Amino acid sequence: MNLTRQLARLGRGVLGAVAATGRVALFAADTVSHALRPPFYGREFLLAVLQIGWLSLPVVGLTALFTGAALALQIYAGGARFNAESVVPSIVAIGMTRELGPVLGGLMVAARVASSIAAELGTMKVTEQIDALVTLSTNPLKYLAVPRVAAATLTVPVLVAVGDSIGIMGGWLVGVNRLGFNSATYLRNTAEFLEAWDVGSGLIKGAVFGFIVAVMGCYHGMHSGRGAMGVGAATKSAVVGASVLILAANYLLTEVFFSA
Amino acid sequence: MIELLGVHKAFGTNRVLRGVDLRVTRGTSMVIIGGSGTGKSVLLKCILGLERPEAGLIRVAGEDARRAAREAFLARFGMLFQGGALFDSLPVWQNVAFRLLRGAMKRPRDAARAVAIEKLRRVGLGPEVAELYPAELSGGMQKRVGLARAIAAEPEIIFFDEPTTGLDPIMAGVINELIREIVVEMGATAMTITHDMRTVRAVADTVAMLHEGTIRWAGSVAEMDATPDPYVHQFIHGLGQGPIAAVR
Repeated sequence: MNLTRQLARLGRGVLGAVAATGRVALFAADTVSHALRPPFYGREFLLAVLQIGWLSLPVVGLTALFTGAALALQIYAGGARFNAESVVPSIVAIGMTRELGPVLGGLMVAARVASSIAAELGTMKVTEQIDALVTLSTNPLKYLAVPRVAAATLTVPVLVAVGDSIGIMGGWLVGVNRLGFNSATYLRNTAEFLEAWDVGSGLIKGAVFGFIVAVMGCYHGMHSGRGAMGVGAATKSAVVGASVLILAANYLLTEVFFSA
Repeated sequence: MIELLGVHKAFGTNRVLRGVDLRVTRGTSMVIIGGSGTGKSVLLKCILGLERPEAGLIRVAGEDARRAAREAFLARFGMLFQGGALFDSLPVWQNVAFRLLRGAMKRPRDAARAVAIEKLRRVGLGPEVAELYPAELSGGMQKRVGLARAIAAEPEIIFFDEPTTGLDPIMAGVINELIREIVVEMGATAMTITHDMRTVRAVADTVAMLHEGTIRWAGSVAEMDATPDPYVHQFIHGLGQGPIAAVR
């Protein structure tokens, strides 16, 4: 009897998770569909570009700088075991562009942007501003979600590119000042080993992560529960959901891009 | 103008509307009264399509609300929300002119701003308020801005959701007077939901009482005062004793 109850609870949990995944997927598909049809809200899009892209630059840049610097120290220490200290520039560059730039950039944007979108839209929901949009003949999905999702999808790759550059610079700073590399040699090694696809694959990941962040923020915000607790729960779900999906999508994309 | 036949709406096991029948004649002002949680706001949301009723028919100007072209249907309505529901990110004038800045009613920005200033003047606010943000306004000013937004596109039908909640008696009286004046001036059909009996007396041509998911009683204000219905009597006099449970 007890086992049956446990199984029923497990089943309910699984069904709930599957249903939630389906609802998010339908929301994402609906958002993409609306993004392709007028009316388009240019002003809201530009504001979202500013909020999501421009204002995320400091946090993404700082994350990349310290990550690149730490990566250089780690690779140097690890490489020393095999007399392979010279690989620091190339591994820092590849590591930053393929993995750490997009993933850490995506996670930082998830923390900053998914939370802010979910809190903003959740507050709009509980104060009836979303209902007010409908009564003013404006589709909330089109007005609120589409500009944010489009802006995040287009700006996160740019953030990743900036983060890649700053991360490589962090490695270079440590390499030259702490590990005794010659500056010109470090930069030449970086440029020689780095391939266009290393950078390109990271930018594609960035676009996917940006899409995930904005969709999760908008979905949880627009489906927020009532009151402060509802908005708080929506914000938490948006950040946790976006972060987990970014890591899962990163694995899948890496399989697609780099598996032998 | 607005007709509801057998409208049902439930949230889970909570059956909020259990067969609402109601008719609002064109150009009249109906006030719906009823206790908290009786489904008054849900009723308005069902008419607007913000909530989907499980059963029943809603007709606006003879047109089935479910089959109407959405944008044209909503263009008939203006609504004043209980908390104002002003958009925090937009200055006051853009809140008021929201409908005139986008969509089918879009007009040049200067013209939309001029309409917004005029509507603000109509509700007793000066042009200096236009550039402020909603967070910079008092509760009474927010209600006025919400009212200006509701009438900005000259709708045929205006809904008022608890228009005086949270206002001091003087400001509540001012808002009641404004609502009455504007509805008469525009010749609009109005539906107001409220607990405030002063609003009922100031605004209503007809009154309907919603109780346990159905329209318990409907009639004019004079008939409301004279009715022997114990539910209406208890409600309009605010009595603790009577058929309506004080603790629900």
